[in-house]
Amino acid sequence: MNTDNNKVHMDIAHLKLLFKKMLRIRRFEEKCAELYTQEKIRGFLHLYIGEEAVAVGVMQALSTNDAVFATYREHGHALARGLSMNKVMAEMFGKVTGSSRGRGGSMHIFDVEKRFYGGNAIVAGALPLAVGLALANKMQKKQDVVVCFFGEGAVAEGEFHESLNLAQLWQLPILFVCENNGYAMGTALAISESEQHIFRKAQSYGLKAQAVDGMNVVEVESAATQYCISIKNGDGPCLLECNTYRFRGHSMFDTQLYRESEEIEEWKSKGPIIKLRRWLEANGKLDPAELKTIEDQVEDEINQSVEFAQSSEVENVSDLCFGVYAESKN
Amino acid sequence: MNDQSITYREALKTAISEAMRSDERVFLMGEDVGNYGGCYAVSKGLSDEFGADRVIDTPLSESGFVGAGIGAAMGGMRPIVEVMTVNFSLLALDQIVNNAATLRHMSGNQIGIPLVIRMATGAGKQLAAQHSHSLENWYAHVPGIKVLVPSTVADARYMLAMALADPDPVILFEHVMLYNESAAIPAPKDCPDMHQAVVRKSGNDISLITYGGSLSKTLEAAKELDSHGISAEVIDLRCLRPLDTHTLYQSVEKTHRVLVVDEGWRTGSLAAEICALIAEDCFWSLDAPPSRICSKEVPIPYPQHLERAATPQVAQVVEAAMKLLNREVPA
Repeated sequence: MNTDNNKVHMDIAHLKLLFKKMLRIRRFEEKCAELYTQEKIRGFLHLYIGEEAVAVGVMQALSTNDAVFATYREHGHALARGLSMNKVMAEMFGKVTGSSRGRGGSMHIFDVEKRFYGGNAIVAGALPLAVGLALANKMQKKQDVVVCFFGEGAVAEGEFHESLNLAQLWQLPILFVCENNGYAMGTALAISESEQHIFRKAQSYGLKAQAVDGMNVVEVESAATQYCISIKNGDGPCLLECNTYRFRGHSMFDTQLYRESEEIEEWKSKGPIIKLRRWLEANGKLDPAELKTIEDQVEDEINQSVEFAQSSEVENVSDLCFGVYAESKN
Repeated sequence: MNDQSITYREALKTAISEAMRSDERVFLMGEDVGNYGGCYAVSKGLSDEFGADRVIDTPLSESGFVGAGIGAAMGGMRPIVEVMTVNFSLLALDQIVNNAATLRHMSGNQIGIPLVIRMATGAGKQLAAQHSHSLENWYAHVPGIKVLVPSTVADARYMLAMALADPDPVILFEHVMLYNESAAIPAPKDCPDMHQAVVRKSGNDISLITYGGSLSKTLEAAKELDSHGISAEVIDLRCLRPLDTHTLYQSVEKTHRVLVVDEGWRTGSLAAEICALIAEDCFWSLDAPPSRICSKEVPIPYPQHLERAATPQVAQVVEAAMKLLNREVPA
């Protein structure tokens, strides 16, 4: 994608790239769900299925030196940010070859080389950290942007309000991305927030903020790109509210008593991947052979990552305490 | 007191300004640290020298600015975050315990948090039950952070630099009764490493183990014990996590008796931990059960007589020590 006068232009090759990136996340997580039922992956598993356009769209707007903070539902963000699928899958398996040596699992994927700072499982817990990293960037006169993803459930936490206030007060280079999927676990936004437009809360702190269709990857990428340009220009922090939907439960334990299946089906019909695929097909830009090639490539990569994770070693118990402190050897 | 004497408060300020002069990554952030000069006047005048960009007044958002300190440390800075008191730090407990303490291990040793958090602690100023508690052991319970307690002017002067040089998060507790204490400052080389406990007074009959605001009371008690012919050794823990057990055990193996003086509440106290360690590891050296003087199990009350009754006092230390030595307690 290139930007000219802040207007975003995308060609077909770029759209196909976005499609493949989203499909890669979708298939990866479908495989994770399968592996979970086989008890290869344990603990909590929070699937991002349905929300792929948000991570993929926003990551497109970032440069190598920009930093990313995400939540416990972060497989998609990690993959979209360019972490190796092998390392992510090995982390799910709790293997020492995982992105956090297997210590974090599904909820705590880190890769400092990619400037990917987790994987935070305390709702809103990463917002102050992102503010701090943006403060460090500003103090060091760096132009890099910090992006912080969180769900709409996080806006009920004090840390959300404290962080937005600090970011605007100190004019920090940070992009807040609210993934509004409508439910904080099983609590609907309508029964938890007096103001249900999250972007308005940000505007009340003086941030530049807007809501976009989080099921439309093009719209997300365009908005994120424009905001990143604005942030790099030194025009202060922004908040992007992406309205989206999670097709699966909160975690694998969720029996979803709090919503109707009709609602899920309705959102599925406007899912980010199906929508882009249909558009490409309707415009004659994606034929079945090419689609199959993409699917095969994605499947191969996933199979290889499972193979890698399966064959990797677990950490030695003697290294249990390695890394509690810098000087901890084991 | 001689001409070179400075107060504990001035020692801290000197340490902060020295660190900020020598390392541009260091900055100070917290409530009222700038224009007001610090709740306990530790940072008075620093904003004039370093400006508002490096002495940052924050809103009353403990979780937000402590978390921002953690994030800034991740981003290559060396923040000093001041939280007014340990009581208020509970609003930032999530950031300290769930982020600062976990990130290194949870990320497979990819992330370090070289952050210093300073906070006031303790009773004695009649500030009642939301400004007087000693919760040092809550933090000392958590792997991944280090807990320092400078209980002398010299330690106030030199511990901060050591804390800033440490690659992991360090919490520094400043007892409110110490800020006006004054003493001459030794040369930096005479300040032991921050991880070491120090024998403040040597003795042979009993080990009195303490830290922070209780040190001066314990030294006073030791003096009184001297007058009764009892030679007490006083150990200042200095670092509550990790504990320098070597120094403690060496002392107990010499004296065979131990009394811990701790302003925290007795139940689940740091004193309990030390007694347990000594019982486990020095049992055969002991001539009496490990014992402790702690705060009473009550929120610290406002009136002076009740505040005193709630916290460890010299007379209690003397009495407990004499009992451990089977000596008759003077009336």
